[in-house]
Amino acid sequence: MIELFDVTKVVGHITHIKPTSLKLAPGEFNVVLGATGSGKTSLIKLMAGLDPMASGRIAMDGEDVTRLSTQKRNISLVHQFFVNYPHMSVFENIASPLRVAGMAASEVQGRVEEAADLLQLRPMLHRKPQELSGGQQQRTALARAIAKESRAVFLDEPLANLDYKLREELREQLPELFAGRGAVVVYATSEPEEALLLGGKTALMEDGRVTQFGPTSEIYRNPDNLSAARVFSDPPINVMGLTKQGDRAVLQSGTEFALSGAAKDLADGAYSVAVRPHRVLPYRASETDVELTGQVIVTELSGSDSSAHFQLGDVAWVSLASGVHAFEVGERHAFFLDPTHCRYFDPDGKRVA
Amino acid sequence: MAEITLSHLKHSYLPDPKGPEDYALKEIDVTWRDGGAYALLGPSGCGKSTLLNIISGLLTPSEGRVLFGSEDVTTLPPDRRNIAQVFQFPVIYDTMTVRQNLAFPLRNRGVDEGTIAKRVGEIAEMLDVTDMLDVRAAGLSPDNKQKISMGRGLVRDDVNAVMFDEPLTVIDPHLKWVLRSKLKELHQRVKATMIYVTHDQTEALTFADEVVVMQDGEVVQIGTPVELFERPQHTFVGHFIGSPGMNVLPCEARGDRAVFEGHDVALEGAVIGNGGDVALGVRPEHVRVAEAGIPATVTKVSDVGRHFVVEAQVGASSLKAVLEEAPPEKGSAVHLAFQPEKTRVYRDGWIATEARS
Repeated sequence: MIELFDVTKVVGHITHIKPTSLKLAPGEFNVVLGATGSGKTSLIKLMAGLDPMASGRIAMDGEDVTRLSTQKRNISLVHQFFVNYPHMSVFENIASPLRVAGMAASEVQGRVEEAADLLQLRPMLHRKPQELSGGQQQRTALARAIAKESRAVFLDEPLANLDYKLREELREQLPELFAGRGAVVVYATSEPEEALLLGGKTALMEDGRVTQFGPTSEIYRNPDNLSAARVFSDPPINVMGLTKQGDRAVLQSGTEFALSGAAKDLADGAYSVAVRPHRVLPYRASETDVELTGQVIVTELSGSDSSAHFQLGDVAWVSLASGVHAFEVGERHAFFLDPTHCRYFDPDGKRVA
Repeated sequence: MAEITLSHLKHSYLPDPKGPEDYALKEIDVTWRDGGAYALLGPSGCGKSTLLNIISGLLTPSEGRVLFGSEDVTTLPPDRRNIAQVFQFPVIYDTMTVRQNLAFPLRNRGVDEGTIAKRVGEIAEMLDVTDMLDVRAAGLSPDNKQKISMGRGLVRDDVNAVMFDEPLTVIDPHLKWVLRSKLKELHQRVKATMIYVTHDQTEALTFADEVVVMQDGEVVQIGTPVELFERPQHTFVGHFIGSPGMNVLPCEARGDRAVFEGHDVALEGAVIGNGGDVALGVRPEHVRVAEAGIPATVTKVSDVGRHFVVEAQVGASSLKAVLEEAPPEKGSAVHLAFQPEKTRVYRDGWIATEARS
């Protein structure tokens, strides 16, 4: 368990991390998700003891480590760039932290081989890192973190420099590799898609603070605020202003529809509605769907999915449907919004229904 | 603009190539229509950069010809091919304004100032950068710099093709979608022949009308995104395209059916040929949980937001299904059904069932 109590980081006059409290448990992936400059790496460096905190405390397994150096925290770090010792074999690279810790040679052998097996590096143990592919080099760095059996493993965008398909494979293996090892795993990424695929929990970071923390799929479905809703951006969530009166809503584009569920109980007034593109389909799926018509601006047919961007009032909305659907750029096309998947936000962007 | 023909192109970096293994580009023979959007897709080392360099003129192929319209350009240097290129890293002049940057390729060719002003205005409007026109490029964010780079590639209307080499690699994920859509929109408006090189299937499939999928220097399939998804010609295409990729499962082939882990599976058509390594291919999107079918145990359920990815064990084989709603629980016993018209047999990697007519 890693616990942060109001930690901050200030460099000169600039606050990199605003007061942040967080509890990260072992046994599941903890993803730190945010755009470049949001503070992900800063937060990881504080936990790893690589940078000094301005205020606050950090505890690991109940022990206050605030003043402990990186070496004494018993942690592992894997970076975006493949960091291995070029003059050592893969075996020695994986073994190095164990040797530094003074482990007996026979035990080192066993631990290295176990980690190498997990990461399919057994045939390469006697090669040098530069003789390996990028994926194998990063697997070596991961094997080192696994063999060390530290109480926390920090993975800072470890797959960013790998090919798409390789990334997909390693991403699938990673949670399994660390499962049952008792370490707290913290994984920083700027890719929302990756956070969803890894599963576990996500801490959303924006502007040096954690804006929401919880199961990743829960943040995707029930974001606390509009900016969290917009984090999952490929394709982006559709947003529009609306006026609520009684149990009716009028979208800024003019379409009127009946509200259902908690949205009916909101005070009358101005709100924003947000809905994911796959809940806006080019065909009617249910009687309660709301019809929206707009001019098609861009179309994308990826084989598995069909997407259309269409003009709705002053903004462009996106519809994303499985399978093949034909659109003509420039045509007016009807799209159907499923109101049960709409999320409502007040003028400050806070989720209200 | 021009139609581009790659006629029996092959390339080896060795002086005296012997077998196919000596070729970085084994053979490609394709014609790209004037105004189309094409992508070269494959992992690192698949030969896509070799092909790009042959088209742009940085490399002369060992065999075959490159034609722009009816003109043979195989040995022409890059500067005489009239091609615009956009690279992974933005190529712009930091000391110039956005307007000067966009105008540069035109001014360089002695285009009159009136035409330049009109064309730069149009491109800036399409890219939503009109309000930045008089800003110095040095102060722009990386994604805006790349937008201007794209604009420089698109500003001339007399080029034979615009080539993009991994143009979104350095762009932050939350802006990738914006630039990708912008590029698609631009293509739908300017109708230039565009060639896009990438290892990212999403970029290739959403951008291109037709994708060339490459592996180890070999073209494994050329097709529309729908063709690549719906009927992969090779297990590599099935695996490489789609997230997750196609299930490739052990099987025996018998007539128009296959036997998978002791269960009879209906196929799209009759099995072709004999011998070799036989595998069953079916995409996770075409596997569903049904009342009857192949008995399986659910081993993992991933909630990836838009849908669920369910992993199930059948005998010694593990396979995946993509389900839109309400997945079964981990550990539960279920039945799986494969869509027959999307289920096929592959022999030594290549498709070996007759297509449905």
